Amino acid sequence: MNMRDQKLAVPLAEPVLSPVNRSGIPVPPSVDASAVQAERIGNPGEYPFTRGIFPDGYQGRLWTIRQYSGFGTAEESNERYKFLLDQGQTGLSVALDLPTQCGYDPTHPMARPEIGKVGVSLSNLSEAEILFKDLDLSKISTSFTINGTAAIIYAMYLAVADKQGVPRSKLTGTIQNDILKEYVARGTWIFPVRPSMRLIADSILYSNEVTPRFNPISIAGAHVRDAGATAAEEMAYTLANGLAYVDELQARGGDVEKFAKRLSFFFYVHMDFFEEIAKFRAGRRLWARFMKERYGVKDPKAQHLRFGVVCGGSSLVAPQPYNNVVRVAVETMAAVFGGAQSIFTCAFDEAFQIPTEFSAELAVRTQQMIAFESGIARTVDPLGGSYFLEQHTDRMEEMILKVMGEIDTYGGVEKAIEDGWIQMRLAERGLERKLDTDSGHHVIVGQNHFRKTDEEIKVGEVFKLDSTIAQRALDKFQRVLDTRSQSAVDAALTRLSQAAANDSENVMPYLVDCCHAYATVGEMVACLKKEWGEFKEPVNL
Amino acid sequence: MTQIKEARPLAGRRILIGKPGLDGHDIGAKIVALTLRDAGAEVIYTGLRRSPAQIAQVAVDEGVDAVGLSILSGSHKELVGDVIAALRDAKAHDVKVFVGGTIPAEDQAFLHELGVAAVFTADMPLGTVVAKLAASFS
Repeated sequence: MNMRDQKLAVPLAEPVLSPVNRSGIPVPPSVDASAVQAERIGNPGEYPFTRGIFPDGYQGRLWTIRQYSGFGTAEESNERYKFLLDQGQTGLSVALDLPTQCGYDPTHPMARPEIGKVGVSLSNLSEAEILFKDLDLSKISTSFTINGTAAIIYAMYLAVADKQGVPRSKLTGTIQNDILKEYVARGTWIFPVRPSMRLIADSILYSNEVTPRFNPISIAGAHVRDAGATAAEEMAYTLANGLAYVDELQARGGDVEKFAKRLSFFFYVHMDFFEEIAKFRAGRRLWARFMKERYGVKDPKAQHLRFGVVCGGSSLVAPQPYNNVVRVAVETMAAVFGGAQSIFTCAFDEAFQIPTEFSAELAVRTQQMIAFESGIARTVDPLGGSYFLEQHTDRMEEMILKVMGEIDTYGGVEKAIEDGWIQMRLAERGLERKLDTDSGHHVIVGQNHFRKTDEEIKVGEVFKLDSTIAQRALDKFQRVLDTRSQSAVDAALTRLSQAAANDSENVMPYLVDCCHAYATVGEMVACLKKEWGEFKEPVNL
Repeated sequence: MTQIKEARPLAGRRILIGKPGLDGHDIGAKIVALTLRDAGAEVIYTGLRRSPAQIAQVAVDEGVDAVGLSILSGSHKELVGDVIAALRDAKAHDVKVFVGGTIPAEDQAFLHELGVAAVFTADMPLGTVVAKLAASFS
């Protein structure tokens, strides 16, 4: 791609400072004291938690420093985890490969080209045993980016803990487990919406009892943002999905005062600094209000919007890749000002490859510099009360409510997803964002502006996946099939089928039994598909 | 984009946009599908998780002029090769194949050798995508 090609398309607009944020909210050149209403802001640790869920902020507890990571086989990922922990990372974030995410064993024809590519292949318990070898699960908090097969991977984690002799009650961590955003944005769905909602409710209710310190869901806006949503839309779709899960959990007999304490959230942070900070503050205030006013929740802990943040993958670009180091620093600061409980920083090369050890370390160091050198973590919500920030938070809140109202008017998230309505809206919004970038109205330094003619993309060190990964995964898979007790597997799968067919049963204990018997992810998914069917994607293009 | 809509440089073309394999990031595929339609083409989108054989079959059944494949998972070498092989098996030699997604520079030559007409990356303006496609038909 060079400048001549760009001229062939559309002439670039001059780089200008837009007076409107990306969510479409006008930003006045100055704001005065009349914008600040003390009662809307409150104090840190107090309802409506605009200024944070804890009175002492990061002084009480620093955010968890994680890096999204995992590739190849369990052996390679185990080594990368030990490296990252040695660098001062405080929690693990496990990336799973696409076959594991979509419920295919490595031997499936659809799986073969994808084994170990975008995450680690975790096809059965023996792989999980390798992945967590020599890591003390009672001390390490583990986050899994998994959705369609989240209940299965969670069951596998419990089985590993059992094998290591770690009490389940000591386990901490998170499974993403947010199927609604998979239908709209990421595509690793398996079952139809209804049984998927049941599976998620089962796993949350089970986790509340068995692993009370674990987050059994992380309701995620990140992928929705990647698919084109603005910051306000990201928050709106995510809160709407969150309310759908609360309704489902209540319908299955859950006590909102209890399960709401373990709901967690996950957002992107992009480069528009104040828009992002305001998004987090507005979202926290709205969720607390929904919990209190809509569901009558009394315990403040069950009103908290607790969230992790990742720097926006779609905000990083391949041209002039080292610029991404700066983007990550700005975005991480916005997440800290926004009061995140956990942060994954992107590595600067993550827009186009799995991070190298060098870029992954730099990303961890970026968080450490902001945490320990910059001083911004010393006080809670240091920008709270700023005329501009408070006014912007109010405007973001209005925009979020507007989008949520449109979903309600359509008939709720489940219907909007089944009809493909949200998917179509996101595609149109994604097209708008791309055209804005192409025309130069949305300035991306080094990509559409401030780029040298005929500039080559230099990525620095290139990460290379070992080419033997797929074969090694397949060999190990075969060994497990050869050595496990087939009758134990068959019996466990039969019990799982029976539980799946009975809507009032919780399937989780049966999944844990299947994992212990070394049943594979593909076998468990096939079993559930037989009872529940598969999602039929609405293609509205 | 208004110029593209008026000029309709792809009028009369039938183009299949496919997502082979398990990669679920479909926003790029959808954006390109909407853009090609604006440029006058008749566009068919397969939806997610199609095998190379399924995509080739739809291409033949629908009699398309071109197949666009979107892949971000790093499996482009295998999947694109399989789609092209399946098209050849079906004697659909004249169907052009283009590829978009996260494709490292060093893999682009490989894809061209397989017979791919063009590779589009995420930072490429949509106007350029349309112009290159139109040029490939002339």
